Amino acid sequence: MSYPSSLQELVSKITRSRDLRLKQNFPRLKVEEKETLLKNFHPDYRDDTFNRLTIGPNTGDRTPKELALLLEADSLLQPTDINLNSPEFECDVLVIGGGGAGCAAAITADDLNARVILCTKLRLGDANTMMAQGGIQAADKDNDSPTIHYLDIIGGGHFANVPELVEALVSDAPLAIEWLESLGVIFDKNPDGSMKTIHGGGTSRKRMHTCRDYTGAEIMRNLRDEVKSRPEIKILEFCPAVELLTTPTGEISGAVLLNLNLNRFFVIRAKSVIIATGGSGRLHYQGFPTSNHYGATGDGLILAYRAGAKLVFIDTMQYHPTGVAYPQQIVGQLVTEKVRSLGAQLLNINGEQFIFPLETRDVVASAIIRECAENRGIKTPAGIWGVWLDTPMIEILRGPGTIKKELPAMVRQFTRFGIEIDKEPILVYPTLHYQNGGVVIDPYCQTNIPYLLVAGEASGGVHGRNRLMGNSLLDVIVFGRRAGVKAVELANHRQSQPQLTLDHLERWRRQLRERGITSQIRSPLLIPDYTRKTTGTEA
Amino acid sequence: MSENLIDIYIMGEFHRVPDSLTILQALEYAGYRLIRGVGCRGGFCGACATVYRVAGDYHLKFALACQTKVVPNMQLAMLPFFPAHLPRYQLSELKGAPQEVLDLYPEMLRCYGCNTCTKSCPQDIDVLGYVSAILRGEIPAVADISFDCIMCGLCVSRCPAELVKHHAALLCRRIYGSKLAPRSPHLTKITQEIRSGRFTDEITRLKKLDREKLQELYAARDIEPEE
Repeated sequence: MSYPSSLQELVSKITRSRDLRLKQNFPRLKVEEKETLLKNFHPDYRDDTFNRLTIGPNTGDRTPKELALLLEADSLLQPTDINLNSPEFECDVLVIGGGGAGCAAAITADDLNARVILCTKLRLGDANTMMAQGGIQAADKDNDSPTIHYLDIIGGGHFANVPELVEALVSDAPLAIEWLESLGVIFDKNPDGSMKTIHGGGTSRKRMHTCRDYTGAEIMRNLRDEVKSRPEIKILEFCPAVELLTTPTGEISGAVLLNLNLNRFFVIRAKSVIIATGGSGRLHYQGFPTSNHYGATGDGLILAYRAGAKLVFIDTMQYHPTGVAYPQQIVGQLVTEKVRSLGAQLLNINGEQFIFPLETRDVVASAIIRECAENRGIKTPAGIWGVWLDTPMIEILRGPGTIKKELPAMVRQFTRFGIEIDKEPILVYPTLHYQNGGVVIDPYCQTNIPYLLVAGEASGGVHGRNRLMGNSLLDVIVFGRRAGVKAVELANHRQSQPQLTLDHLERWRRQLRERGITSQIRSPLLIPDYTRKTTGTEA
Repeated sequence: MSENLIDIYIMGEFHRVPDSLTILQALEYAGYRLIRGVGCRGGFCGACATVYRVAGDYHLKFALACQTKVVPNMQLAMLPFFPAHLPRYQLSELKGAPQEVLDLYPEMLRCYGCNTCTKSCPQDIDVLGYVSAILRGEIPAVADISFDCIMCGLCVSRCPAELVKHHAALLCRRIYGSKLAPRSPHLTKITQEIRSGRFTDEITRLKKLDREKLQELYAARDIEPEE
């Protein structure tokens, strides 16, 4: 037994209540009950953690303080840093970001014979896509349809979703699965070839496709290899974009990149630009730990906003209900929703269920926060709150060995710290997981700024105010491909060498001065700073 | 974090750090703001492959810095990049024959079975097992055994026969997924239906509904039972 003695006693309470709970079906909440729970306990409703933006297209909008600081900051770039008359590279399509959306866009644009450059802050494939475990949704079974998928999404998103984007997502979903298979992605299948699919939170059909619990990693390594195997795609690693470039009339014409290895700025001229930089969990909103990749610092939002792009739903973040609460070395890391899909229940200190395990993520997270706030949680020796996730139930419900087969990544993650998840429950607490909002796009990923497209987590609208499990991997593939197609079309109809200026940045700086904003903060953040921190909130 | 401090050596440099930290957290505690050697921080991306020794033990040890606690007197260095060639191929042009893998990675035949690769794998994958499967031409077995590979390259760094085995395994998985795995008839069916526009009208109708009506439909969904 790996838990300290103070927790072991509580674990035995869980073991004892298992027989009873096997027969127990915890009821789902009604719509009104959900709304009350969210209002009382979801972090999105904590007003003191938000500011109103005072500059830019979303002036007046409620925004998390951590993001507002960066959105209202000055650029990293000084005019003397670069020479706009001599761009280092020219291309048709510049893709900023090397995760799922960026790679899907680059491959698709390459298919259409465009000259593509893909730049990324860290290595190709360093992205949240790599870390997504649970699965990817697509309505491809006989009892399902894109229409049913549509309804699940729009209800899960609290009816705030942009209908055209949802339509694109569900209609392209089976095509995305087909495309991923053609690239070599190995989905879990039955011997007859049919997909093994399971439920996710908020689904009305079993349409979660999985690749063990390495779904995102499996997708990402195939995409990465495909990008690398195409000689015409130029890949620039460790080269984040730090500023977009515009024509005098405000159209996008390229970007300034920073080579992190050499600490040198350089210029790319592009006929169209796709931002696919992902989310912002590493801003640690409200001090939450995060399941996100090290690079998830919201850079693309900053770039787009300064160039005049409008954001939407930026006041809503997804807190994944089950982040690790113990051991402290991996606090905040993801415990995939697949664990609950397979049958694990959530329990408070008394060994009682308090929520149907597959409510949508915002609802489950709020219920866990409630249990802890009302002292029915479990406090770890490090002082971190959590509730039990009863993983051994999976073995009882689905047979011994299921966990090892279906959740190998998770077994590894916990075995490394001495916890056997097929025998012992684990402690979890919500972790900052996903940026529900982002840059406003149309179904072809176009923004309100000509020649600027956005795909994936950096965009907003498709998931409304809450994303369902398995729709993010789907989002990056569907909209990554759509962005690739549209970016090539736009580039093909544009003059060859659009003018490169930083006029928008000059305007931005003028506005900062006019509003009396004198912040010393520079953005985008690029790299989080965890030096000399001992709080343990960042695994 | 507990304040029990221990001594470690980062690339030879002495640091005193709390014993509760992972290697990655210890680097940051020591003052490193990393660009290389850090990635997902969750054991999925292979960016933080680390080699270390502990005082008094000649064995070389292997770990992911984000998933491994520091131990007293460890001497560590990260291997954020290791040279590994990637032959150019177009998956769509391959047939899926085992010989194609060996044609692209002929050095696989140099393996002499020392098993150092398996010992160096931080994922505990039977690396030699899948290399043997490559040599036997059993692509489905390679795909299965190597599936949890995070491509950190530690096995490549240690291979005396200089095999780039994690790339060869990836090629096998891609061949398996795209050419050998059984097809899904339901997927073929629905993609055809979507291309023929079968659901367009239905979805257009939903798009036009107001919130109240949508809420009603949502509440009335029939939910596929678990079993």
